[in-house]
Amino acid sequence: MNLRFVCIKLLRALVTALIVLTFVFVVLRLSGDPIESLVGDEAPPDVIEYYRAKYGLDRPIHEQYVLYFQGIARGDMGISFKDQRDALEVVLERVPNTLQLGLVSFAFSLLFGIPLGILAALNRNTALDRFTMGFAVFGYSIPNFFLGIILILGFAMWLRVLPSSGSGSLLHMIMPVITLGTAGAGSLARFARSSMLEVLNKSYMRAATAKGVPRLRRIAWHALPNAAIPIVTIIGFRLGDLIAGSVVTETVFAWPGVGRLLVTSVGSRDLAVVQAILTLVAFTMVIANLLVDFIYGWVDPRIRVSSTLEKD
Amino acid sequence: MAVEAAPRGLRVTPRKLAKYPPLVLICIGFLGLVLFAAAFADLVAPKPYTAQDLLNRLKPPSFLGGPAQYLFGTDELGRDVLSRLLYGIRVSVLVAILGTVIGAVVGTFLGFVAAHVRGIVEETIMMMVDVQAAVPFLIIALAVLAFFGNSLTLFIIIMGINGWENYARLTRGMVLSASTHGYAVAVRSLGAKPLRIYGRHILPNIASALIVQFTLNFPSTILLETSLSFLGLGIQPPLTSLGQMLGAGRNHLILAWWIAVVPGVTIFLTTLSISIVGDWLRDRLDPTLRGR
Repeated sequence: MNLRFVCIKLLRALVTALIVLTFVFVVLRLSGDPIESLVGDEAPPDVIEYYRAKYGLDRPIHEQYVLYFQGIARGDMGISFKDQRDALEVVLERVPNTLQLGLVSFAFSLLFGIPLGILAALNRNTALDRFTMGFAVFGYSIPNFFLGIILILGFAMWLRVLPSSGSGSLLHMIMPVITLGTAGAGSLARFARSSMLEVLNKSYMRAATAKGVPRLRRIAWHALPNAAIPIVTIIGFRLGDLIAGSVVTETVFAWPGVGRLLVTSVGSRDLAVVQAILTLVAFTMVIANLLVDFIYGWVDPRIRVSSTLEKD
Repeated sequence: MAVEAAPRGLRVTPRKLAKYPPLVLICIGFLGLVLFAAAFADLVAPKPYTAQDLLNRLKPPSFLGGPAQYLFGTDELGRDVLSRLLYGIRVSVLVAILGTVIGAVVGTFLGFVAAHVRGIVEETIMMMVDVQAAVPFLIIALAVLAFFGNSLTLFIIIMGINGWENYARLTRGMVLSASTHGYAVAVRSLGAKPLRIYGRHILPNIASALIVQFTLNFPSTILLETSLSFLGLGIQPPLTSLGQMLGAGRNHLILAWWIAVVPGVTIFLTTLSISIVGDWLRDRLDPTLRGR
């Protein structure tokens, strides 16, 4: 992988992170004086002045901007006013739960969606193909909060085989994973099918058939690597949906993760925690997109040679 | 050729009908029903959506043995679920349409600006597009709601910000390529001003792709509105929306599942219908995608 490709992608990622963090800074400052919400309206002026000085809010705006980035670099995102602890700490202790749910759901949608899509493409216009397309449309049309509620009604209240909320055991994971993973499995199945179909129609596939390459080897060696390129991109996009989906899913199933923390913090306007989560999500997404770009460049040599400057 | 033939576009012939698959017709019919409910909720609804009937709380739908006057049952305050559903559809559809239109207009405009001005303006706009695509919008929306508090105006603006980047990217790319086409070059050499070229000549040519984008974006706006309202951070009582009904009904799942399931099924069928119609529309407008 050439250096130029890596540098340009790194620069783009940095600028993206910078813009998101600047957005957070602007919105924070626009939304009013954080000290007032901290100490209340009736606080004496000298107390307000003390806190303003303590948090650097009496300085000019460009100095505050620098301070803000210094704070982020140190991992200091303010104090959660709900339990008076470091906001980042409050967020980080929820991360393992979210990762657990997210990774398992991600694996579920990959292991279910991609093989289904490939099999559908190989058996075009059969019952399996139609089932796959039906499932795909179902998967991305059903809102995940509604799917979650249907699952709770079916498995927790009617059949009484699964716990309806909470965490702790494998049983607790089943419904959240299905809720979070179905949309991803649906869109991956659809995408894998279409990119596989496209590859199967290529002339090199016909050439391989003419050469007498056995069917299994043709699919595994000639078709799959080429079909994998667009699938890798869509997997990168999935992460954003996964993060957004976890907000809803964790709330439906009372799963103690970052998503649920975000909803409760927004409800109680615990700005420091919201800011910490937003920063964390921005970094996660930027790093993930960067990784996808690199994987993409590695899978498809054409990318790193030709389109190092512009995507179009 | 018969003399009394009606204008060609208006006649419904069997052959013409065959171009519409039955599933698509059903979906269009359902969407028509939803739009009708949204437009005439106040005329169709059997009861005011806030009217309480405390003697008839949590009653099941009338087809499941509930009282005859409540087709879809009642909620925890004895309010008619059907009436609330109709008003919820009205609010959800209104917010989604307003949001999608705002996003489409802003995004298309910025796409034209990017393609026309080029240079630093274009770079800035495209950078914003990248940023918006990089961070899940639900998270941004939640943050904005946390920082500024909730109001209906802000909520609709947030809906509009969702998805503008798709139009901007699409419009910029298409305008750049259309500007080099013969017809655009021809009207420019006739002395037409940029505004005229873009508005009268290029826009009509790229409109079909924008319409397809609109049908793709609309369900995602509905899902964003219903998700936020479901989380209790979107439409606030006394107003109601489909997501808010579902969120409130979640607390009564054991005793009265219909409060949550009725709006949930409505959201599901609506997004499903739009997806199916949108796919079909895309196939028709862009034959190269057929069969994918």
